[in-house]
Amino acid sequence: MTFQPVKFYQTGTFTVGNRLLPAETRSVQANMRRTNSLNSGHRACQGCGEALGARYAIDAAMHATENRLIAANATGCLEVFSTPYPETSWQIPWIHSLFGNAAAVATGIAAALKVKGRSDVRVIAQGGDGGTTDIGFACLSGMFERNDDVLYICYDNEAYMNTGVQRSSATPPAARTATTTLGNSFNQGKNLPWIAMAHGIPYVATATIAELRDLEAKVERAMHVRGARYLHIFVSCPLGWGHPADQSIRIARLAKETGLFPVFEAEHGEVTSVSKIRKKLPVTDYLKPQRRFAHLFSPEVRTDLIARIQEGADRNVRKFGLIEN
Amino acid sequence: MRKPFAITLDPGSSLANHTGTWRTLRPEYVDRLPPCNAACPAGENIQGWLWHAECGDYEAAWRLLTEQNPLPATMGRVCYNPCESACNRGALDEAVGINSIERFLGDEAIKRGWQFEKNELNGKRVLVVGAGPTGLSAAYHLARLGHQVQVREAGPLAGGMMRFGIPKYRLPRDVLDAEIARILALGIELKLNAKVTNLLEEKKNGNFDAVFLGVGAHIGKRAYIPAGTSMRMLDAVSVLRSMEGEAPPLLGRRVVVYGGGNTALDVARTAKRLGATESIIVYRRTREKMPAHDFELEEALQEGVMVKWLSTIKQAGESSILVEKMRLDATGFPQPTGEYETLETDSVVLALGQDVDLGLLDGVPGLEVKDGSVQIGANMMTGHPGVFAGGDMVPGERTVTVAVGHGKKAARHIDAWLRATAYEKKPSGEPASFDRLNPWYYSDAPKIVRPQLDLIRRQSTFDEVVGGLGERNALFEARRCLSCGNCFECDNCYGVCPDNAVIKRGPGKRYEFNYDYCKGCGLCAAECPCGAIRMVPEAL
Repeated sequence: MTFQPVKFYQTGTFTVGNRLLPAETRSVQANMRRTNSLNSGHRACQGCGEALGARYAIDAAMHATENRLIAANATGCLEVFSTPYPETSWQIPWIHSLFGNAAAVATGIAAALKVKGRSDVRVIAQGGDGGTTDIGFACLSGMFERNDDVLYICYDNEAYMNTGVQRSSATPPAARTATTTLGNSFNQGKNLPWIAMAHGIPYVATATIAELRDLEAKVERAMHVRGARYLHIFVSCPLGWGHPADQSIRIARLAKETGLFPVFEAEHGEVTSVSKIRKKLPVTDYLKPQRRFAHLFSPEVRTDLIARIQEGADRNVRKFGLIEN
Repeated sequence: MRKPFAITLDPGSSLANHTGTWRTLRPEYVDRLPPCNAACPAGENIQGWLWHAECGDYEAAWRLLTEQNPLPATMGRVCYNPCESACNRGALDEAVGINSIERFLGDEAIKRGWQFEKNELNGKRVLVVGAGPTGLSAAYHLARLGHQVQVREAGPLAGGMMRFGIPKYRLPRDVLDAEIARILALGIELKLNAKVTNLLEEKKNGNFDAVFLGVGAHIGKRAYIPAGTSMRMLDAVSVLRSMEGEAPPLLGRRVVVYGGGNTALDVARTAKRLGATESIIVYRRTREKMPAHDFELEEALQEGVMVKWLSTIKQAGESSILVEKMRLDATGFPQPTGEYETLETDSVVLALGQDVDLGLLDGVPGLEVKDGSVQIGANMMTGHPGVFAGGDMVPGERTVTVAVGHGKKAARHIDAWLRATAYEKKPSGEPASFDRLNPWYYSDAPKIVRPQLDLIRRQSTFDEVVGGLGERNALFEARRCLSCGNCFECDNCYGVCPDNAVIKRGPGKRYEFNYDYCKGCGLCAAECPCGAIRMVPEAL
């Protein structure tokens, strides 16, 4: 019988760091000298999931590229709260142009670097769900189609938060926004990771701010691939979704644990790995704490709508095999 | 510098924007009192020593443990672990096996020969009467506080009930000897076969500044049972004591033990090992009402001990006893039914509790005795100034761990009393209850169960029944600790702050908040696995 050492580290890799783990397996965020790419003093709301997700992702990308990184930013919360003139929170080379052209700007930067022979410097484009799934979609699709050497990161908080919570094509069914006061309708939706995969690009992944290790591993993986890559990060929005500021991570965790937001990786259009649900929960656990879904529970419980949302979650579980057999 | 069109300001860092002014709630690091620590009768800092054990630094763990309790290898065998009953992990899967880790640390210390650090003597002399768990504990703590200690023991060996009450199969004597020797190595003088009969005279003659009494409760209680001339009637304490002598007690092939406490089980199991074919416990109530611990009963039943529930002994004949059936009334009290049955037996052992031998206290003024126990104040002092008492002779639960706790507490009060001050216990934090935790972060891990000796060997030998954990298993078990209410440096607060407002100070130094930028969102507190951060309203 071969010797199998007992490896058990109290919290394993669930927590950000773990003093019991060997140093080389610790997360970037646990490092005392992490880049803090998005620094203190930014004007994001209390408990902002996007600010957190952006620092997680860009710090990991900085780590993976040994700090040779340029980022292009679409208009949106992330741009507005981080760079009110003349201040900036970014501690990396960073450019903002228009709402819809982040992918195109990044493509241009990548092309210029290629001409200059600087293959060591890597390019990231980033934006919210509005700048990605709606306004910047054409430029993004073009970037995918040409397989430009850019990692595009979408921080998905499921509406236009910066301008006052208007519906986007990423807003989930039944969610109340300023423009869907009775709750968003059950449309076809616009699954961008799936669309990215349809382009057959080398790497597509989804992540949430509730699973840091998984998120960092995906950024690391993406930075070691050339060509167009897409990372879709689920970031909660306390103000727009109507949950307490300290619940941002819990809400993101519930999105994954209910099956509403599948966390997976795909290469060349093929799903290669999924992050399994640790303990399957009903969608109501996710919906109830958020005021944008309050109309599902009062004045009467809309079992019909909740059932449709549950169906969607169950479909994800089946489609991606989210539960360990 | 010429600036581009419409640009008039130089770019600056957002660090100029002190977002801390937005805050209405302020996070603070706290150390809460973990339930294990709160439940420990010996006042061990269990969460604290587990922290060292988790890192594999067993010596540091042992040193922290023995700051409170000098007998970990003994505790890891005989303690009824109230810590594990209180453990928050019990609400998650199963309690952390604190007792088995304690035993591992204790055994490791004996194996590696770790010794206690000596303290400089301060010139005060204290007499400790009784070398049982409470006396040894008091002597140990007094010696570490710099007092010169003399221990007087009436018996031929030190250990008290740990030696003369607890059978070998639960506590091997080499373990006990090693732990006692290490305590005595602090420079404590032990006088054996030296019963104290006149306390005040001894105190005066020996120039002692204070006295600690820990003489225990060694006199078996009797019950009136009309008996024939030839029936062997013994008491449990004498039976267990004679197990340490040259000749084992003569109990015969059929033994009846009367009583339902742990001592009754000890005797019944001992009788079985001595070759009794039938070892029967007669108890007047039901299993649920039995004061003995259920795991011990379970072990006894496995070994073939039988129990007659709801029964009392009415009469003892020549080679049999008359047993009356009982029934529980509405208040749970046993009532006679008038139904009788005869039970063949060679001897009857009474295990009905113990009384304190108070002979040495005759003529000590101020001392108060109530219900056979010596009364003490909150500082463990009796009515006579300078005479303190603890263990089984004072009111309270009679276990080894409680006794050790008494010894420690008394030692601290004696030390303060000798300095003409009062000992102030450091205030402990708010309780770290389960609802304070964020258990999502802990890895799933079932408890490691200790190995048990073969049943055949348990029925015929006095070998230790419960085995110990190996190093890897002990490490695994230690890492199951949730570190309730005390930071274990998981970096979660440092990671989850959207505003980089947590400063990591490096290994072992924990974290601090940067209140210039902390917006008070509370994510750190919500995502702290162990509940070591609290949010308090900001003064406006």
